[in-house]
Amino acid sequence: MSEGARRRGPLLRLQHIGLSFRAIKALTDIGFEVRPHEVCALIGPNGAGKSSLLNVVSGVYRPQVGEITFDGEPQAYMTPRGAAKRGIARTFQNIAIFKGMSVLENVIAGGNLSFGSTWLEQALRVGRASAAESAARERAERVLEFLRIQRYRHSPVGTLSYGLQKRVELGRALAAEPKLLLLDEPMAGMNAEEKREMGEFILDVNRALGTTIVLIEHDMRVVMDISDHVVVLDYGRIVGDGTPDEVRSNPDVVRAYLGTKRAVA
Amino acid sequence: MLYSEAGQFSSSYASDARLFRLRQEAVEVIVVVAVAFGVVPFVGDDYWFTAILVPFLILSLAGIGLNLLMGYAGQLSVGTAAFMATGAYTAYNVQVRLPGVPLLVSFALGGLAAAVLGAIAGVPSGRIKGFYLVVCTLALQFFVEWVFTRFRFFSKDNASGLVSVPPLVVLGHDFTTPRGRYLLTLVVVSVLTWVAMNIAKSELGRRFMAVRDMDTAAAVIGIPVLRTKLLAFAISSFYCGVAGALWGFVYLGTFDPRAWDLSRSFQVLFIVILGGMGSIFGNFLGAAFMLLLPILMSHVASSLLAGMVDQGSLENYKKIVFGVLIIFFLIKEPLGLAKIWRSLRERASVWPLRHW
Amino acid sequence: MAYAFETLVSGLLAGVMYSMVAIGFVLIYKASGVFNFAQGAMVLFSALTFVSLTERGVPFVYALALTAAAMIVVAILIERFVLRRLVNRSPITLFMATLGLSYILEGVAQAFWGADVHGLELGINDIPVSVLGIQLSRFDLFASTTAAVLVVLLSLFASKTRLGLSLRAVADDPVAALSLGVRLPKIWRVVWTLAGLVGLIAGLLWGARSGVQFSLTLVVLKAMPVLIVGGFDSIGGAIVGGLIVGASEKLAEVYIGPFVGGGIENWFPYALAVGFLLLRPAGLFGDHAIERV
Repeated sequence: MSEGARRRGPLLRLQHIGLSFRAIKALTDIGFEVRPHEVCALIGPNGAGKSSLLNVVSGVYRPQVGEITFDGEPQAYMTPRGAAKRGIARTFQNIAIFKGMSVLENVIAGGNLSFGSTWLEQALRVGRASAAESAARERAERVLEFLRIQRYRHSPVGTLSYGLQKRVELGRALAAEPKLLLLDEPMAGMNAEEKREMGEFILDVNRALGTTIVLIEHDMRVVMDISDHVVVLDYGRIVGDGTPDEVRSNPDVVRAYLGTKRAVA
Repeated sequence: MLYSEAGQFSSSYASDARLFRLRQEAVEVIVVVAVAFGVVPFVGDDYWFTAILVPFLILSLAGIGLNLLMGYAGQLSVGTAAFMATGAYTAYNVQVRLPGVPLLVSFALGGLAAAVLGAIAGVPSGRIKGFYLVVCTLALQFFVEWVFTRFRFFSKDNASGLVSVPPLVVLGHDFTTPRGRYLLTLVVVSVLTWVAMNIAKSELGRRFMAVRDMDTAAAVIGIPVLRTKLLAFAISSFYCGVAGALWGFVYLGTFDPRAWDLSRSFQVLFIVILGGMGSIFGNFLGAAFMLLLPILMSHVASSLLAGMVDQGSLENYKKIVFGVLIIFFLIKEPLGLAKIWRSLRERASVWPLRHW
Repeated sequence: MAYAFETLVSGLLAGVMYSMVAIGFVLIYKASGVFNFAQGAMVLFSALTFVSLTERGVPFVYALALTAAAMIVVAILIERFVLRRLVNRSPITLFMATLGLSYILEGVAQAFWGADVHGLELGINDIPVSVLGIQLSRFDLFASTTAAVLVVLLSLFASKTRLGLSLRAVADDPVAALSLGVRLPKIWRVVWTLAGLVGLIAGLLWGARSGVQFSLTLVVLKAMPVLIVGGFDSIGGAIVGGLIVGASEKLAEVYIGPFVGGGIENWFPYALAVGFLLLRPAGLFGDHAIERV
């Protein structure tokens, strides 16, 4: 059994997180836990603060109030690089891949924290430079194979379709072999076929690699299908927290989405 | 057909990471280098060495420096000449104040001094982006010009900062002849170009490009953004510093701060834009263009339009032509001459057909 | 003490001149997001054109009208051949295009009108005027008044006319403005013309002060620190920024200069700008953009 499964505490715990931008309160008193190896879906109407929450966890935003406890270590806020070093990786809503580089370069870049040589060694092609490059390349190739995008390895990402770009971004996040993977609307803009594929990849990552996943998703069918745990946000507050079934029949959740007393089908 | 890429595969990661993936590219480079070292020194004449080849090589080097900063790391700079000046004056001071230091070491120290200055100049880049960074580098440009003019220390108490360099002696051999100057420059530029190519293809190059393309995402995947930017400034400035030392020592022989004014910074900037941002090879094309075009125009003016165009007007026409070319390239081929070259090569690979 | 005050005031008035050039920058930046490096060249071009006409005996008013017309033509040409082809490109690309433009304008101006220094007569006798016990230059006072009038006119234009409203719309959100039927090319032509005319006025004042010559373009680079201090997208900021830069430059030259050998006005405004950037990246009046990820 892996070390993570033996751990009893949550992988991620948020307590009383509050985030404001000048006069706008994006998040108020956010608190929930994510257990190791679970797939947790973050849902809610547009503007509810879901992306802001991911930004807080990945260090892009600093909350004014509250505490983030990751892997047993509490802190008031994360920094982007700090989060990466702790084992948190993510994708973005608007695909933040490096348009000027190839697929392979993007994915290799994702694994930069474990690159094994200094820039001077690389510049002069001495020492560990060559071995480090080959090792990084091998790691990246495994990710490419997993996501079935090997044939695009040398293509500039700007020339690829939207769906493939999203897969490259996922690959870049996976290259870091993260403990926690944050996915911001990984299936946005995809057709049914692409969604199915992406859903399979996400489940694969969770089951084969044991990665804990938090994803923002709008498609309720996907949410119900693949998640173990659902957290519902509305106007920056949590209005639901539990298993998919519990959340589905929670009247507050229904009201947030539909504004009526009808249950979600 | 002559230039087919077919059949060239890599069977190991190490070989896929080699500098030239196409056999043709490697062969071309080897031929060029062989000619440059083995043929040109014997057939070239003094005019070509001193007036064309040496400045061409040095400006290419400066272009590589600026390109590493702008094309790869995406940081704007119009202070290139300030780094060149630092390299030149540092090398000069080391040579005349510390006897016994080898010439090449002085050049390297010039580069290092420029690198330190570059790192300092890069500090604002943590908070400041885009045009604002232009102002910072502009500040540096004017400040450095002023420092070297105002403080006689750097020019050994010579009025207005004018200095004359000592003879060029490396390992006991005199390189002051035109051929010698060419060879000295060629060696330094070749080695540094090789290093630049290594950097471009390495992890550091990837980090530069990541920071250039989207620095928030780069930070999120663990890249130390500020450190990377500072390194970009430092390495780029090192290159410009060495180029400056070469320019002052090997090309000019005698120089004052006005050799490193704003128009010099713009000259290197144009080389990078015309040659192609994000390309090492492009800098050579850009430098050749910048150097040969004015010469061409002068020849045309004196032979074809004999007497109609005087020297002063010619300067203005050159300005207009450059301005037009810059805009033309920005509109039509923003990736510069390097891209045009690559397109030609791709045409060659399917010739005599026209498309795949 | 009186000397310090005098220095301050003369610095302020010199700063007004910087502001005028900066206003040209701000107009273009607000409406098209382009940092127009060629603003200095436009100042030079307009001044040179004017001076060459008056030197050939053309009466003041006609020369002014002809030069204004020339600036309109220049704006139209720029919009048609440069801006239109570079829509949607990165700000860096546009900036470099304006760099190319500045080379063209400088080259053309000097090719047609020569590279000598030209004196410019505006008919203002620069007899010192005594105001509240301080000696002030009558010329500087004239320049400040002109600047004030200019700002008032521009503000009225922006708020009271239809065109001005369109300009503000485009500055705020070009795509939204487009969807409402605002024609971008026309707006750009108007803005660049305005910038050119403002440049003309600035050129006349600068030229009368220190002669019309090539170095005008370099002096005018100082408008950049003005913009940084005052913010890139505010006319009021350009004024205040100019005042601050002008005053501090003068004061620094007089009080710090002697310790370091003088000549620091070449770089002091830029160092000031860098300092500002580190503390307040958006300038005093500029828009603090929040990046949405």
